[in-house]
Amino acid sequence: MGAVVGTLTMGERTKGERRRPSRDKIDDDFELSIVCHRPEGLDKLEAQTNFSKQELQVLYRGFKNECPSGVVNEDTFKQIYAQFFPHGDASTYAHYLFNAFDSAHSGSIKFEGFIMALSTLLRGSVREKLTWTFNLYDINRDGYINKEEMTDIVSAIYDMMGKYTYPALKTDTPKQHVDAFFQKMDKNRDGVVTLDEFILSCQEDENIMRSLQLFKNVI
Amino acid sequence: MAAGVATWMPFARAAAVGWLPLAQQTMPKPPVDKTSRSDEILFVNVSGLRFQTWKNTLDRYPDTLLGSSEKEFFYNEETQEYFFDRDPEMFRHILNFFRTGKLHYPRHECIQAFEEELAFYGIIPEIIGDCCMEEYRDRKKENQERLAEDTEAENAGDAPLPPDATLRDKLWRAFENPHTSTMALVFYYVTGFFIAVSVIANVVETVPCRPLKGSIKDLPCGEKFSVAFSCLDTACVLIFSCEYLMRLYAAPSRCDFARSVMSVIDVVAILPFYIGLIMPENEEVSGAFVTLRVFRVFRIFKFSRHSQGLRILGCTLQACASELGFLLFSLTMAVIIFATVMFYAEKGTKGTTFSSIPASFWYTIVTMTTLGYGDMVPDSIAGKIFGSICSLSGVLVIALPVPVIVSNFARIYHQNQRADKMRAQQKVRQARIRMAKKGATNAFLQHKEDGGLQGGDSDSTAFCVKNRSAFEHQHHHLLQCLEKTTNHEFTDEVTYSEVCMMDSMGFRTSRSTSLSSQQGATTTCCSRRAKRRAIRLANSTVSVSRGSVQELDTLHVTKTPVGTQYPQSRSSLNARTEDLKLNCTDYTAAIISIPTPPANSPDESLPNSPAIPGILRNSRSSIYNTQETVKISSL
Repeated sequence: MGAVVGTLTMGERTKGERRRPSRDKIDDDFELSIVCHRPEGLDKLEAQTNFSKQELQVLYRGFKNECPSGVVNEDTFKQIYAQFFPHGDASTYAHYLFNAFDSAHSGSIKFEGFIMALSTLLRGSVREKLTWTFNLYDINRDGYINKEEMTDIVSAIYDMMGKYTYPALKTDTPKQHVDAFFQKMDKNRDGVVTLDEFILSCQEDENIMRSLQLFKNVI
Repeated sequence: MAAGVATWMPFARAAAVGWLPLAQQTMPKPPVDKTSRSDEILFVNVSGLRFQTWKNTLDRYPDTLLGSSEKEFFYNEETQEYFFDRDPEMFRHILNFFRTGKLHYPRHECIQAFEEELAFYGIIPEIIGDCCMEEYRDRKKENQERLAEDTEAENAGDAPLPPDATLRDKLWRAFENPHTSTMALVFYYVTGFFIAVSVIANVVETVPCRPLKGSIKDLPCGEKFSVAFSCLDTACVLIFSCEYLMRLYAAPSRCDFARSVMSVIDVVAILPFYIGLIMPENEEVSGAFVTLRVFRVFRIFKFSRHSQGLRILGCTLQACASELGFLLFSLTMAVIIFATVMFYAEKGTKGTTFSSIPASFWYTIVTMTTLGYGDMVPDSIAGKIFGSICSLSGVLVIALPVPVIVSNFARIYHQNQRADKMRAQQKVRQARIRMAKKGATNAFLQHKEDGGLQGGDSDSTAFCVKNRSAFEHQHHHLLQCLEKTTNHEFTDEVTYSEVCMMDSMGFRTSRSTSLSSQQGATTTCCSRRAKRRAIRLANSTVSVSRGSVQELDTLHVTKTPVGTQYPQSRSSLNARTEDLKLNCTDYTAAIISIPTPPANSPDESLPNSPAIPGILRNSRSSIYNTQETVKISSL
């Protein structure tokens, strides 16, 4: 009985005000779901990146197949990346990676951002690659990498390994790794690594230089 | 790996650059991909329907046929496309899977055909998207049930027992399948009759009969004719006990049998009698003894062996156990609620029948099932209102689970109908399949008679050879090789059984003698039979019969043609090469016509097909030669 009275009263009141916000909300959701981002023209992208037209076409076809709406949000990104590392937990590292790709901090990666990052990583100069990596490590984008940031990154990487490793992971393995890193990179021993220090130290290391050339033929 | 991840591989590898400064060891060399990286359009021709797709699309799922190098086996160099000789309609769905990453199940297709296509293309059915998964699973379950019934029907005890079956096996089969032997059928009907008699006796003995002379009170018939009824009861119980013991003896697994429902019913049916025998005749226990007689009515459940419908009903109730349980539970809830309400509503009324809540249960149940006896009726207004609500809700609560039970019953009933139909059709199907197979074997035997053994020497054989496909040639050659290997020859059923019969009739002497003395030995019933057939043959197409001469010549090269005794039969057989202008069409026609009528009944109505085996049987069965390769039978 009470229910019957309730519905009657609700119908009379607030026909105007109450309904509109809900309708707007529905419309907003509706709009979000049909919005799809289209990238700028093929020529423009070709000019901005180091990829050829065919390569861009292939990349876009794959991207559009996976994300018909044209954008990748963080959850999808984490899911995709996690599939490559089934042994451990890739979500933390994927989060940092997402932030590195999403240079505009919009919360979603569009095709242009995706392509720019790929172009830098695969076809860019050594300096560009190292700058991108520095930005990855510099979580708060203040221009310095401190020990906490580095520890976060390294722990995230070790998380991807999972539990079953040989030799077994100890609790202070990330810390030791970070210490070794700072030993190498921090020239003036001020506890932080700047971009110049980073690039200089990497250029001195032959291993790193050689490895940077390995990924040229990924596409 | 999951679907579509292949597309993201370049990105994941590029992101590995972020690990490089941290790496403490050198990175391994990347794999060198020799194939061209640029994307190209592939052409896939499926039975004439041409599909085009990007190579990358197919590469997304590398563990399927199309995504791996397996498709190179189907590559056609001339037309520069991949050709698959499969269903083009199904291929559409397969290709859509590659394109969208979701596999859909087409509802109008047969589920087995779909699964076969999936198996061919290397796609596991578990990938089917959620939208189509339920439909797929339902159809698959239905199909499996149907197939399970087919195999069950085949394995049903209709097949004849192996010859070394023990008495136990025979007895068990007689019990389980009464239609297999007359004795079993008789037993089945006798037990059914006695069950009915026992139940009727139980019922009739409580009917009041006319009283004995000199007394006024009506007696139940059971007491008037107590001797007769007790004799009947004893007889029935004896028969049931015998039956139970025999079943127990014959059962292949006595534990399982003892635990089965039917055996429990049997035991419960006969137990009261024995308990009554054991129990003493004193007053205290006779009350309990009387209740035991109630269990005699369980004998009516023994009818479920005789009635399939009862079994189906039992199955249904078992299958709907959860729905019945829900019905019971909801009824109980409603009963308690309404009983409480009615009790408190009627509490004020003077002299009310609603004396307690349990007493109100009876009212609630009677009202909810819309019986309405009227022995308990509410007086107050509140009571009447709640009473009406009670009866309305009762209808609803009972009506809800009933359709589920009904649909389950319909499903099980149809399954049973289908199983019976299958079994009936199975026999016809098997007979037809056997005949078709026989056509194939007859073709080989036929081929031998035409002189296929000779090789391609004479012109006549060349005629017939043309009419057979390369496959048949190879097959026949293969069978000949087998014959040569094993030193035995192929023959057909009839001649083999004839030979067996003849052997058992003791005509071994004819076999051991040489050919020249075969003449005398030909006065066998077989040759008499052969004569009969030859007469029949004379009326039929003679060209056919003449053709078979050649194979006689080939096989009995050293033998002089015998035959003054039965000129009618032999003369036609002795016709020589001038008659060898074989009409090959006759042969092929004969081969084709074999499957239709069975060759076992060589009657006049079938001139063509049986004539050939008939005449050949005629020639061979009378001539045995152990010096040559041992012939199992003359053909």
